[in-house]
Amino acid sequence: MESKLLAAKSEPLWNTNNKVISIICGLVILLFSLPLFGLNSFYLHLFIMIFMHAVMAQSWNVIAGFSGQISLGHGAFFGIGAYATSFFYMQYGITPWISIFFGMFISAVFAVLIGIPMLRLSGHYFAIATLLIGISFQVVFQRWDLVGAASGLWVTMTPEDSWLALQFHSSKAPYYYIFLIFFIITFFVVWLLSRSKLGYRLRAVRDDPQAALSLCINVSNYKIIAYVISAMIMAPMGSLFAQYILIIDPDRVFNIEISIIVLLITVLGGIGNVWGPIIGASILIPISEYSRIYLGGTGGAVDLILYGLILMIICIFRPNGLISFIPKHILERKKQK
Amino acid sequence: MTSEIILQAIVTGLMMGLIYALIAAGLSLIFGLMEIVNFAHGEHLMLSMFSSFWLWSLFGLDPLFSIPITILFLAFCGILTHYFLIRYILKAKMLIQICATFGLSIFIRSIAQLLWTPDFRNVDKPLLEGRIEVGSVFIGQPQLYASFVCLLAFIGLYLFVTKTETGLALQATAQDRHAAEVLGIPSNKMFAIGWAIGLGCVGVAGGMMANYFFIFTDVGINFALFAFVAVALGGFGSIIGCLYAGIIIGLVESLGGLLIDPSFKLLYVFVIYLLVVIYKPQGLFGRY
Repeated sequence: MESKLLAAKSEPLWNTNNKVISIICGLVILLFSLPLFGLNSFYLHLFIMIFMHAVMAQSWNVIAGFSGQISLGHGAFFGIGAYATSFFYMQYGITPWISIFFGMFISAVFAVLIGIPMLRLSGHYFAIATLLIGISFQVVFQRWDLVGAASGLWVTMTPEDSWLALQFHSSKAPYYYIFLIFFIITFFVVWLLSRSKLGYRLRAVRDDPQAALSLCINVSNYKIIAYVISAMIMAPMGSLFAQYILIIDPDRVFNIEISIIVLLITVLGGIGNVWGPIIGASILIPISEYSRIYLGGTGGAVDLILYGLILMIICIFRPNGLISFIPKHILERKKQK
Repeated sequence: MTSEIILQAIVTGLMMGLIYALIAAGLSLIFGLMEIVNFAHGEHLMLSMFSSFWLWSLFGLDPLFSIPITILFLAFCGILTHYFLIRYILKAKMLIQICATFGLSIFIRSIAQLLWTPDFRNVDKPLLEGRIEVGSVFIGQPQLYASFVCLLAFIGLYLFVTKTETGLALQATAQDRHAAEVLGIPSNKMFAIGWAIGLGCVGVAGGMMANYFFIFTDVGINFALFAFVAVALGGFGSIIGCLYAGIIIGLVESLGGLLIDPSFKLLYVFVIYLLVVIYKPQGLFGRY
């Protein structure tokens, strides 16, 4: 009896399934060593896009999957992050490494400002409001002269690779590592979040707000916390993306397509699950890049057609996402005997 | 800024508002029936405008005469949507329902972009052209007729839902689909009818707007946004609320555009939306 209690107390934080841990460690090592194999820049780009979209989808997963609020305008935070680094670098010469945090901070402030009135709404009202917010940001930035209005910002290029200015022209490998590190950090943080008290409370809010309220969980506060965390995960991706392509304009970084794709990746992979976005991104991004190579290029939105089709099919046949194909006992920690 | 300009803006806003009202009524009907927001509403509007355009461009049929065909086409689209997508997600979580109709909207819009390219088109020399002058206010004829037809369609819809047997059956299904089924009203059939009528309304609006509006693949987005706002403003599921809400939105849009800055039209409507859903979440005329 006593030993049982002790065992229950010492239940480890880590997933005790050794196979899963070794697979994850192996994957991380593989990902770190990939550029050493001399991948050409297309494959590096592909991986960078996968990392970026996985993090963006994870951000959406926090608000939609954990706390159950569907945001259809999440691109707004991506855009804020992108504009923050580029603007501060061009105007004041602040290195992007610092202004990434500015971007996160501004996004968080906006998330609070937007969240306080809007997260009192629920369901469809919130979804429609966020759809409007996403488009409003685009409209405002298209006409805001300080940040270049519709033509956007062209980040001043450094003559050579520079870690300080976060610009690399000769190779994509540094970008690869930066995105990879952010990817790992984000997933670790969200994974911790998902098994922290906060994570459980958020899920309580999602599954039954009234029951949560009766347990003294302040529903709207927790929704706002989730929204802020989600915004702070999204913003650095915008910043890094701006450093990666070095030209940003409202139509690119506030595009509604960003809000669509994060939703699609999460739903495809498995909503409300930490691993869902990785699965979704590593399937969808290659499809999208390859369909652009072989089918697109003429302005035809073939990848978008695929997105829409996949989204509908998933919603009809696999509402829990592809992750529901993986047997449950692998994902969950070993039961204590 | 003279009173004539303001009067002009009010008239324009009213005419736009009636069109928004009809589009929103279709959305509201569908929502009232099965609690699903059709996020592809704007794309259905785009389809109706394109159907009007192609009937004109391929067969030389004026948009005014092709309206019945457009309505039938859209009603057919509605039944297809219900049959292939909606009936599978009726019992799903709300998140899945939103994602599914959102996916449909992306799908339709990008297919249209692939088939017809994102070019802007318009109907050349329709029967309804020119403008009339009432006092100091200019009223475009196509706009005037469009809003008039939309108002008629709206009244027709309202009478249909409140007076006819099918309409009452629709209302019964909306109130409690299980109780309605016990009374012998097949809810699946009612849902299909609801979709057909809801999108038929969009067909009327789109067919009339094809007379004077530019027709392109992204045309629906703004209208759909305004329709969402109108539905929330009027109260989800309330049809008559849509009329008032549509007119309010039309007026806010045109007056805000005139008095402040026309490039932020969307923002004024957005502010109105936020104020209403925060202080009166059941909408101005909602039944819930």
